[in-house]
Amino acid sequence: MLYNYLLQLGDNALILGHRLGEWCGHAPELEIDMALTNIALDLTGQARSLYQHAAEIEGKGRTEDDIAYLRDAWEFKNVLLAEQPNGDFAHTIARQFFYDTFNFFLHRELVGSRDEWLAGFAAKSLKEITYHLRFSSEWVLRLGDGTDTSHEKMQAAVEELWMYTGELKIPSKTDQEMAANGVGPDLNLLKASFDEKVADVLQKANLQMPSTTWMQGGGKDGVHSEHLGFILADMQYLQRAYPGQEW
Amino acid sequence: MTELNFEKHFQDKVDAEIKIEPKDWMPDAYRKTLIRQISQHAHSEVVGMLPEGNWISRAPSLRRKLILLAKIQDEAGHGLYLYSAAETLGISREELVEQLLSGKAKYSSIFNYPTLTWADIGAIGWLVDGAAIMNQVMLTRASYGPYARAMVRICKEESFHQRQGYEIMLTLAKGSAAQQHMAQDALNRWWWPSLMMFGPKDDDSAHSQQSMKWKIKRKSNDELRQQFVDVTVQQAEVLGLAIPDPDLKWNEERGHYDFGEINWDEFWNVVKGNGPCNKQRLDARIKAHEDGAWVREAAMAYAEKKEQRKLMESAKAEAA
Amino acid sequence: MKNWPLWEVFIRSKSGLHHKHVGSLHAADAEMAIENARDVYTRRNEGVSIWVVESKHITASDPDDSDPLFEPAKDKVYRHPTFYDLPDEVKYM
Repeated sequence: MLYNYLLQLGDNALILGHRLGEWCGHAPELEIDMALTNIALDLTGQARSLYQHAAEIEGKGRTEDDIAYLRDAWEFKNVLLAEQPNGDFAHTIARQFFYDTFNFFLHRELVGSRDEWLAGFAAKSLKEITYHLRFSSEWVLRLGDGTDTSHEKMQAAVEELWMYTGELKIPSKTDQEMAANGVGPDLNLLKASFDEKVADVLQKANLQMPSTTWMQGGGKDGVHSEHLGFILADMQYLQRAYPGQEW
Repeated sequence: MTELNFEKHFQDKVDAEIKIEPKDWMPDAYRKTLIRQISQHAHSEVVGMLPEGNWISRAPSLRRKLILLAKIQDEAGHGLYLYSAAETLGISREELVEQLLSGKAKYSSIFNYPTLTWADIGAIGWLVDGAAIMNQVMLTRASYGPYARAMVRICKEESFHQRQGYEIMLTLAKGSAAQQHMAQDALNRWWWPSLMMFGPKDDDSAHSQQSMKWKIKRKSNDELRQQFVDVTVQQAEVLGLAIPDPDLKWNEERGHYDFGEINWDEFWNVVKGNGPCNKQRLDARIKAHEDGAWVREAAMAYAEKKEQRKLMESAKAEAA
Repeated sequence: MKNWPLWEVFIRSKSGLHHKHVGSLHAADAEMAIENARDVYTRRNEGVSIWVVESKHITASDPDDSDPLFEPAKDKVYRHPTFYDLPDEVKYM
């Protein structure tokens, strides 16, 4: 169902954007603060477009905010990677780099979607995502190949987050349906590009490919880590405490 | 020219509205005053990100969340523009930040007040940014070129900040009883601290007169404060909210609103560090700075390595 | 620890116009300076092209030399078209 697919895409953008927003005012340098907020704005903007369109095709008179603020954790279809805590800057960069890499190849395919709206959306978003990937790849290099301390932290972050990358590339039921209809790509075909890009950047950054092979999953089916509940408690607080109000 | 002649030449330029630029001769005290004022202003922008930042994760709609993120990002930008302007006076950002974190430099006391409800985000935009704009518009004509130019850019960007805050207040004031309560409560808490933003009374302001002569400042604290009260009263009426001042009254003779006495005891105490959030705010900045040290260091180390590699490659190419 | 150096930023606001100095920022290297300039100075659609140069590489004229540098150009009125009288009949020149 296209509706579910739009939500899956939108939830990723919303939740990761939310995490990046937590950096605002606390980043390692003012310039980095502004850069992270720019990415948060891009992602939150993408979520908004996707939810608006989802609400439209659903045709039940719901709004983008109903979708973002009035669903519970099991209805969120974002990947576990997106909801992982910011950690130190290396963790944020590793999470961003894995996500951007996948997202870049995904949107490059979505530009050719049979769904006209989605193709248009992807073309616009791809420009943003291309920049995100450039930003996060460069920081992987800086931290991986910077000082001994930064190298250690970056290696640790890559190791810790690697187990959340499998889910990106494993098709959910929705992914499969979309691929069958020519709306979305076959994720199995993106796997090689993803792996190659990651290996290339890590190697340039003097980082080891993570040794973990066991992968976490469940996010796309609404089975999340403990983190999402807290994100939603925060995010949805006003809409839940004062239902039906204008803000 | 003798020192005295330099000084006269400088003041003549200021009087003739010719901007002073970084490499021009300037009295030492002028330089020091500018560094103090510009950096205080920069610190205020950066610390000012924190109270609003509290509500990014809880913004009640996607639209509000985008606006709030963009607004706080602007504040980072404004801090950055101002640090850059201060740097033209021969001090580094690192030194300026050090002064903030050690408690040596001040920032606007308003940011030592807590944001307790969503309405506080509205009140900050409406009142705090409204008060700041009064001051900033004046500063676009400051005698020091880099400062004035930074202020022009800041004022342009700020123009949406007050509006978005007022829009939040308007929505709440028209909303449910609970929302109306939030709006009134926020106005009650932010009104007096906003009036304090203009600084001590003219009679008690240590630096005002000299700054006016140097045209760093063009209006006195009390003038700006009066101007703010005069325009804000009507805006509160449109919202249907009550300004928490029983002495507030139109004075026909003066053509201005009279208003009650500010609690200066509270003002000086917050300046001295006794505000509700002085410690949290500074701790948050110190933590960001310390946690970020290894990142800044890594980027520098990487840049140097890259530069070295480039040099080696070009040396190799030349040899070949 | 060495701090990130200061960079000056120049933005071309649209095709056909000069790059203009808009301000400065800190960055560890040139790539980062371009990206920071993008995030700091073009958030409102202000640019189509960015130049960055490390501040230490800029040489500026000395304000004390202003008179010998710039005064001599002030009285060369013959360099300006308004210096020349043309009869009214000549319309396009």
